Amino acid sequence: MRRGWFLPLTAALGFGFLYAPIVSLVIFSFNSNRLVTVWSGFSVQSYKDLFADQKMLQAAWLSLQVAAISATIALVLGTLCAVALVRFRRFRGKTVLAGMASAPLVMPDVITGLSLLLLFVAMESVFGWPAGRGMLTIIIAHSTFCMAYITVVVQSRLLDLDLSLEEAAMDLGATPVRVFFDVTLPIIAPALVSGWLLAFTLSLDDLVIASFVTGPGASTLPIVIFSKIRLGVSPDVNALATIIIGIVALGVGAATLLQLRRPKTKA
Amino acid sequence: MAKKPQIAADTRPWRDPAARPFVRIRNVTKKFGDIVAVSDVSLDIYKGELFCLLGGSGSGKSTLLRMLAGFEEPTAGSIEIDGQDMTGVPPYNRPVNMMFQSYALFPHMTVEQNIAYGLKRDGLPRAEIDARVGELLQLVKLEDYGRRKPHQLSGGQRQRVALARALAKRPKLLLLDEPLGALDKKLREETQFELVKIQETLGVTFIVVTHDQEEAMSLATRIGVMNQGEIVMVGEPTDVYEFPNSRFVAGFIGSVNMFEGVVVEDEPDHVRIRSAEAGTDIHVGHGVDCAPDQTLWYAIRPEKITLSRERPAGDANITRGMVEDIAYLGDMSVFQIKLDSGRYIRVTKANSLRGDPDAIKWDEYVWCQWGDTSGSVLTV
Amino acid sequence: MTAPGAPAPRRPWSMVEHALAAVGLSGRALVIFAPAFWLTLFFLVPFAVVFGISLAVKQFGQPPYSDLMTTTDGTVQLTLHLSNYIRIFTSPIYISAYLSSVTIAAISTAIALLIGYPMAYFIARASDRWRNVLLMLVVLPFWTSFLLRVYALSGFLRGEGVINNFLGLFGIGPLTMMQTDFAVYVGIVYTYLPFMILPLFTTLVKLDQNLLEASADLGSRPWQTFLSVTLPLALPGIVAGSMLVFIPAIGEFVIPSLLGGPGTQMIGRVLWDEFFSKTNWPRAAALAIAMLVVVVIPIVLMQRAQSAVIEGRR
Repeated sequence: MRRGWFLPLTAALGFGFLYAPIVSLVIFSFNSNRLVTVWSGFSVQSYKDLFADQKMLQAAWLSLQVAAISATIALVLGTLCAVALVRFRRFRGKTVLAGMASAPLVMPDVITGLSLLLLFVAMESVFGWPAGRGMLTIIIAHSTFCMAYITVVVQSRLLDLDLSLEEAAMDLGATPVRVFFDVTLPIIAPALVSGWLLAFTLSLDDLVIASFVTGPGASTLPIVIFSKIRLGVSPDVNALATIIIGIVALGVGAATLLQLRRPKTKA
Repeated sequence: MAKKPQIAADTRPWRDPAARPFVRIRNVTKKFGDIVAVSDVSLDIYKGELFCLLGGSGSGKSTLLRMLAGFEEPTAGSIEIDGQDMTGVPPYNRPVNMMFQSYALFPHMTVEQNIAYGLKRDGLPRAEIDARVGELLQLVKLEDYGRRKPHQLSGGQRQRVALARALAKRPKLLLLDEPLGALDKKLREETQFELVKIQETLGVTFIVVTHDQEEAMSLATRIGVMNQGEIVMVGEPTDVYEFPNSRFVAGFIGSVNMFEGVVVEDEPDHVRIRSAEAGTDIHVGHGVDCAPDQTLWYAIRPEKITLSRERPAGDANITRGMVEDIAYLGDMSVFQIKLDSGRYIRVTKANSLRGDPDAIKWDEYVWCQWGDTSGSVLTV
Repeated sequence: MTAPGAPAPRRPWSMVEHALAAVGLSGRALVIFAPAFWLTLFFLVPFAVVFGISLAVKQFGQPPYSDLMTTTDGTVQLTLHLSNYIRIFTSPIYISAYLSSVTIAAISTAIALLIGYPMAYFIARASDRWRNVLLMLVVLPFWTSFLLRVYALSGFLRGEGVINNFLGLFGIGPLTMMQTDFAVYVGIVYTYLPFMILPLFTTLVKLDQNLLEASADLGSRPWQTFLSVTLPLALPGIVAGSMLVFIPAIGEFVIPSLLGGPGTQMIGRVLWDEFFSKTNWPRAAALAIAMLVVVVIPIVLMQRAQSAVIEGRR
C-alpha cells in the first residue's frame, strides 16, 4: 500500500491530543504562580505544599493499602475464574460465570458503587456485617471490579497457552494442582504481574465506587483530589499528578524496554 | 530405511491365538456431543510391538491415542493396559507416557529439568534422577545440551528431548503423536531409524499415530488403518499394502488402479471378472468369496503392471492403451496410460538401464499386462 | 506412578490437596466456587437489592428508605412503591438526562472511532520496533490517573487555560469551552480513546496484508478494498472498542461534573446528586435500574464482539 500523509498526520494529531494536556500539567506544576495557568517562573513550592498536606498524605497511604490488598484478592479470584472458564469443560452455569466475570468491566461506576453500597447496608441490617463502612467495604468493591480485568488478561493468556504443555505434565505424573503450580503458573506469570499492576492502578484511580461505599474517616486519594479540583485549579494536585505520571512513565517505559531487549523466543 | 523391531518380527505374537495382548481396546466409542470421533473400536496390541495408527485428519486416531493416555474417557467400551482396567484412571496414574506432536517441552525449564520432571513426580532420590537423566541424554545424543532451554534447540533436538522425557519413567507403553511430523524429510528418515533402534533396545511397546503412510510402512510391526472413527484394517505392512481388505485401504496406502467388474466365472481355484473399464477380462488365480454376477472391484498396484509393444500371449489381464504422459522420477518412471475404454491407468517402471534407447515414449500404443495373483479383489 | 504405600513427596500443595479431598471437595469444584460465590454475592445479589430498594420510598432515618416488608399483628405486609419509576418516566428532567446521556455517549463514541481507527491502523502497520513504542504511548495515559487526566484537560480548556492563552497570542478569543457540552465530548474522547484503539489494533494487526494486495490485484480501488475487506474483518474490533467507550460513557459522572456546565445533565450525575445531595436512595436505585436496562444490550453486543476478538487469536 502506498504510504500517504493521512495516517501519520492523524496519528501525530491523535498522540498530540493524548499528551498535550498531560505535558502542560507537568510544566505548570513547577509554576511559581498560584494561578497555575499563567507561567511566571520556576518553583517547587507546590511540591512543598503537597508534602505538608497531612490529609492528602493520609489519603494516599489509605489508597495504596486498599489498592495492594484489592489487587491481590482480585488476582487470586480472577485467576481462578479464568482457569475455570478456559480450562474446564462445560459445567453448569459456565455462561453465567463468564457473563458475571466480564460485565463489571463496562458496568458504569455509579451503578456498581450504588448497588454495592445498598448491599452493604442491607447486609449490615440483616447479618450485622460489615459493621459500618470504610476500608473493608472499599476493598471488597475494588476487588470485585478489578477481578474482571484480571480475568480478561489471564483468560487471553491461557487461551494462547498450548494445552499440551499441561497434558504433558499430567502425563508425567503431576496431579492437576501440581500441573498448575509447576507449568501453568510459571508460564502465565508475566500476565499475572501485569494484571496485578493493572488492578492496583485501577483501584488507586477509582473515585466513584469508593465515594459510594466509603464511610466516615476513610477518604481515598481520589476523593480528596476530587473535592479539591471541584473548586478549581490547585497547584499541589498538579504536583501530585506529575509525581504519579513520573512513576508510571518510568515503570511502563522500563517494562517496554525490557520487552524490546529480550530476544523473541517462541517455545 | 528403518529396520523393524526384531523381537516382534521373530515371534509375531498377534499370529499366536494364545498370546496375551498387552493393550486391549474393547468396543471403545467416543462421542463429542453428537460427533462420533471413535466408533466401536476393538484392538489388541502386544508387548514389544511398534504399532502404527494410520489415518487422515479427523479419522479418530488422535482421539484413540488420547484415550489411551487418559486425556479423554471413552463414552463406551473399555481399555485395559497390562491386565489393568484403565476406566477412571487419571493420566497421572497410568503406566503410560506420551510424546506430543508439538513436543510440549516446558519452556521455562532446561532440557535436564524437562527430562527429570516425571522422575521428580515419582519422588525418586536426587542421585537416581541425575543418573537416569544422564543416561537418557546419552541415549538421545544430547549430552552437551542439558542446561539449555528448549528455545535454544533445533527442531530435531527438541524432538529428541521430548522422546527422552517420555521415556524417562520407563513406561510400559509409549504413545507417540506424529513423532516426526514437524521434521523435514531428510531428518525424518534418520530419526525414524533412531526411533526404531531405541524401541528395540528398550523393548518398550510403542503406539505411533501418523498420517504419513511411508512412515507407518517403514516403522511399524503392524498398522491399524483408521477411517471415520473406525479401524478398517489391521495388519503387517505387507498385508496392508499387498492384501488390502477394502477399496479405502487400497486407495489410502500407495497408489492403485481400480477397476469395477462383474463376476462371470466363480470357481474354487479361480475367478474371472469381466471389466469394461479395464477393457479385458481379469483372471484371478485363487478362489474369492463371491457370487456369479456380483459387482466387485479389482485393485492392481502400478508397479505390478508390465508394458510391452507386442501383445503378450493370453486371454485375460491384458489391455491396451496410449502413453499420454511419462513422469521421470530418477529411480523410476510413472506412465499415465489412456486405455481404449477411456480409463486412465498408472504404471511404474524401474529405470534399471541408464539412457535406455529402446524406452517406451509418449504417444506410443502399448500393451499392459499383470499376473493372475498380482492384484486384490475387493467387495467393499 | 507412585504406589499407594510409597512416600509421597511432601510439598505444601499436595497436603492441601489431601486435606481438601478429605472434606470431599475436589479442587475443580473449589476453583469454580470461589469466584462464582464472590461474583454472585458482590455483583449479582446487589442488583436484586437495588431493584428491591427502588420499590421503596425515601424516609428519614437509618437506612433512609421504607421497609418493603412490615409485620403488624403477625401479618406480613409487602409494600411496593412504583412511584420512583413513574416519576422517572414522566419527569422531563430525568427523561432529558437519559436522552442526553445516550446522545453524548453515542457522539463521543463516533468521534473516538474516527480518531482511533486511523491511529490503530497506523500502529498496526508500523514496523515491529515502532509498534511497541506507539502501543506503549497509547497505554501509558491509561495507567495514569483518570481523574488527573480530566483535571489536566480542564486546565487546558478553561477560560484562562493553555488553548486560550495560545489563541490570545493571535488576538483570538478567549473562547468559552469549559462547562459546555463540547468540553464533555472532548473529555470522553480524551479519556476513553485508548479503549477504542486497543481492540481495533488487535483486529487490525491480524489483518493479513496479502488480503489487501489480493483485493487490489483483483481490481478493487483502495476505498472498495476498505469497504469490502478491511471493514468486515475489523468489525469485531470496531464493535468491542465502541462498546468499551459507549457503555461507561453513558454512566459517566466525573467528566460531566468537572467539565460540563450546569446544563449538561447526564444520568450518572443525576444519580449521584439524587443519592448524595438529596439522600433519596430509592430514587437513585430506580435510576440505576433504568440505566441498567439501557446498557444491557450494548453489554451483550460487547461480550460477543470481545469473544470474537479473543477467539480469533486461537
